[in-house]
Amino acid sequence: MSEAQLKNTGAERSRSLEEIFEQRIVNDEKIEPKDWMPEKYRKTHIRQISQHAHSEIVGMLPEGNWITRAPSLRRKVALLAKVQDEAGHGLYLYSACETLGVSRDELYDQLHSGKAKYSSIFNYPTITWADMGAIGWLVDGAAIINQVPLCNTSYGPYARAMIRVCKEESFHQRQGFEIMMSLCNGTEVQKQMAQDALNRWWWPSLMMLGPTDDVSVHTAQSMKWKLKRKTNDELRQQFIDQTVPQADILGLTVPDPDLKWNEETGHYDFGEIDWEEFWQVVKGHGPCNKERMNDRVGAWERGTWVRDAAMAHAEKQQIKKENQAKAV
Amino acid sequence: MEKNWPLWEIFVRSKNGLEHRHFGSLHAADAEMALENARDVYTRRSEGVSIWVVESKNITASNPENNGEMFEPAQDKIYRHPTFYTLPDEIKHM
Repeated sequence: MSEAQLKNTGAERSRSLEEIFEQRIVNDEKIEPKDWMPEKYRKTHIRQISQHAHSEIVGMLPEGNWITRAPSLRRKVALLAKVQDEAGHGLYLYSACETLGVSRDELYDQLHSGKAKYSSIFNYPTITWADMGAIGWLVDGAAIINQVPLCNTSYGPYARAMIRVCKEESFHQRQGFEIMMSLCNGTEVQKQMAQDALNRWWWPSLMMLGPTDDVSVHTAQSMKWKLKRKTNDELRQQFIDQTVPQADILGLTVPDPDLKWNEETGHYDFGEIDWEEFWQVVKGHGPCNKERMNDRVGAWERGTWVRDAAMAHAEKQQIKKENQAKAV
Repeated sequence: MEKNWPLWEIFVRSKNGLEHRHFGSLHAADAEMALENARDVYTRRSEGVSIWVVESKNITASNPENNGEMFEPAQDKIYRHPTFYTLPDEIKHM
């Protein structure tokens, strides 16, 4: 080792662990599970990654509703594959979260008891087939905008999970847009169905990108840890700018009378978001909060005997194997 | 009182000629179920031709806090690298 390197190492040791940690993140180094990390980093990551996992799992429910009612086999296999992906994404994320020293059981407990949140968009009902199109196009579109920057986040297991999620997610959005396109090129009634879905999902999709920057409490810290690379308002603007031209191609009207292209800023100006509605849904008073949790908790409880039986079987097989080994 | 399914680490060979690489983890009651679940969770888009599953508790990992003792001894042994040896420019194929 050179003299300069030696000096460097010495100076590093004298700095506090936390400073070294922050410096590693500034240098774009990844943090791995067994590395030292501040308690707040661990807690914040458990909160965000588990919320993300819960959202994938609860997100299956509104779409599961339509699997048996899909209008063709082609649509059915696509929707089935999308919902299966979401289960997979939930599992990648739960595993990443568990590397921070929290158990899967604790995580499920937090979801089932209402202690942990999930994306509030899944508390809206899916009342027509067009909702499958709107969810893929808008909800997955907003999710992708949120998720792509996370592929570079500082916590290694989370970043790796996000890379896999993002790779798989783009089919979700495309299949949604294709559903919208078919409806828009169909009969007048079908086109109205697509418009109605856009009317209902547009604002909740904008809310999905989180509270405005001036009230978002976690933004500053999350930016520092690269848990966030862009602010909520920046992400929302990006979503609107890329989605409005897509609505134009469909021939649909975005339900915002104040929406208009601003030549000066190079962005769309848009109307006031009803944050009161957002907070009501977050607090549990959305149209489907209760239904979603009942479905989720019910499925978990009804599956208990299956999980227990699998475990009992595994133990029995293990004992059998050991006895056979002894007999030889 | 239910017993939780243990955690398994999943390694996947993406194609012959490449090594198995750590893909992630999952919970399963036994090795057979871990293999089946790994197929569904990690190879939905033909990402693999072979899967290994290892129960996580069977993995012994080095501790990053001991990285100094563990890995620094290699740092001052630059003579293990070819660039340590100076040769005249006109020497080729070496």
